[in-house]
Amino acid sequence: MNSGSKYSREELLKNGIRVDGRGARELRPIKLEVGVLSRADGSAYIEQGNNKILVAVYGPRELHPKHLARPDTAILQCVYRMATFSVEERKNPAPSRRELELSKVIKGALAPAIFLKNFPRSTIDVYIQVLQADGGTRCASITAASLALADAGVPMRDLVTACAVGKVNGQLVLDPNDVEDKLGEADMPVAVMPRKRFITLLQMDGRMTKEEFIEAYKMAIDGCMEIYKLQRQALIERYMAVRKESEEEEEEGGDENA
Amino acid sequence: MVVHVKKRQIVLPGEILAEGNKFKSGEGTFREGDKILATVIGLAEIREDSVVVVPLEGVYMPKPGDTVIGKIVNVKLTSWDVDILAPYLATLSPMNVSGKPVDPVKTDLRRIYDIGDLIVAKILAFDRTQPPVLTMKEKNLRKLEGGRLVRMAPTKIPRLIGRRGSMINMIKKKTECQIVIGQNGLIWVSGSSPESEELVVKAIRQIEKEAHTTGLTDRIRELISQKT
Repeated sequence: MNSGSKYSREELLKNGIRVDGRGARELRPIKLEVGVLSRADGSAYIEQGNNKILVAVYGPRELHPKHLARPDTAILQCVYRMATFSVEERKNPAPSRRELELSKVIKGALAPAIFLKNFPRSTIDVYIQVLQADGGTRCASITAASLALADAGVPMRDLVTACAVGKVNGQLVLDPNDVEDKLGEADMPVAVMPRKRFITLLQMDGRMTKEEFIEAYKMAIDGCMEIYKLQRQALIERYMAVRKESEEEEEEGGDENA
Repeated sequence: MVVHVKKRQIVLPGEILAEGNKFKSGEGTFREGDKILATVIGLAEIREDSVVVVPLEGVYMPKPGDTVIGKIVNVKLTSWDVDILAPYLATLSPMNVSGKPVDPVKTDLRRIYDIGDLIVAKILAFDRTQPPVLTMKEKNLRKLEGGRLVRMAPTKIPRLIGRRGSMINMIKKKTECQIVIGQNGLIWVSGSSPESEELVVKAIRQIEKEAHTTGLTDRIRELISQKT
């Protein structure tokens, strides 16, 4: 959709308005849904601007192969994958270096929030499938994955919320999209456990001055706090929906034979 | 001492439930300094001396004393491996079946329980350093034959049982079915006719859906009465 060549760097920010019409400190519209997959123990779906990401969580469950098991704790396994049709130019379906790295980084961002020690020798598996990508998928993935974990009933200290800050034409912008990320001067994703503002992920590429970094960090935290509200709302809505649904009488019962 | 939640309020992971040292942090909660917080999505409950969160989701974690339904998935020389839908495979040894050790040279364990057999067993011990140990040495613990198996979220099993068994006894009486409930979320149903079994399955599905509403027993009674 947004090919880099369509815009020049100067066009990215005009009179404080960005290519998609947002202000510098504005998030993209976010839609969150919990419990979208019936097979998984927990699941969530996020749309953040043009990003569309589906997350499934399984576990805690038995770990195979057994030699990966740790006697004192569960392990967390994350798989971040992009669909071939998720980006403009077909993505090679073979697992890429980038996907592997993001899987690792997301695992690190989620693990501190989970009580892994409650489930020694087992595994918790998080599968992240990017259906459509438009910049900031790692942050959106973390936001959705923590919802899916909560939906699976995995015990956690807090939710994890993530948000990036970019730098475009010397100006800091919240939640950069793909063009801004590619043509901008810097990108800094931050994941945080909002209650105690405990940082679980902080990356940056590009250049920022010290002052810019401090400002960018503040912006990212503010963005995360906004997303945190949406996350809580999505979870509560899901379980309120369960309550409402149950007030309606007479439902068709399925069967499951042994 | 401050309590931040109402009774049976839906709480989310990381939500502060209470502050101060009067209460102990119970199931589904953790303590951080003088605060008690929720670890899972669930319904907050303030008990006499503790705060707990009754989870709405989650896998089955074995607890000693629980009755579970399991499937034999492996027969070893001196024990069976049993899948009880928990993060860990349970083990069952002949010692805990008949009360006496079995000589592996003379007896083939397959002739007692084979792969694929369903059993009702009780969890004897589980301490997270070792796989759960099952026992069959109690009344009503046996191999299950015939009937049908229904799976339900383990967090909703208490609703199927009801207060002191009110729900399940009512279903058993009205449908004249044999029902065995495993705390791990497996339910075995065997009746004289497929229709009556079907009715039990239907009731279970409705209970699962409406687990968090009041007056459920009456509605289930109505459902069953309509069909019989």
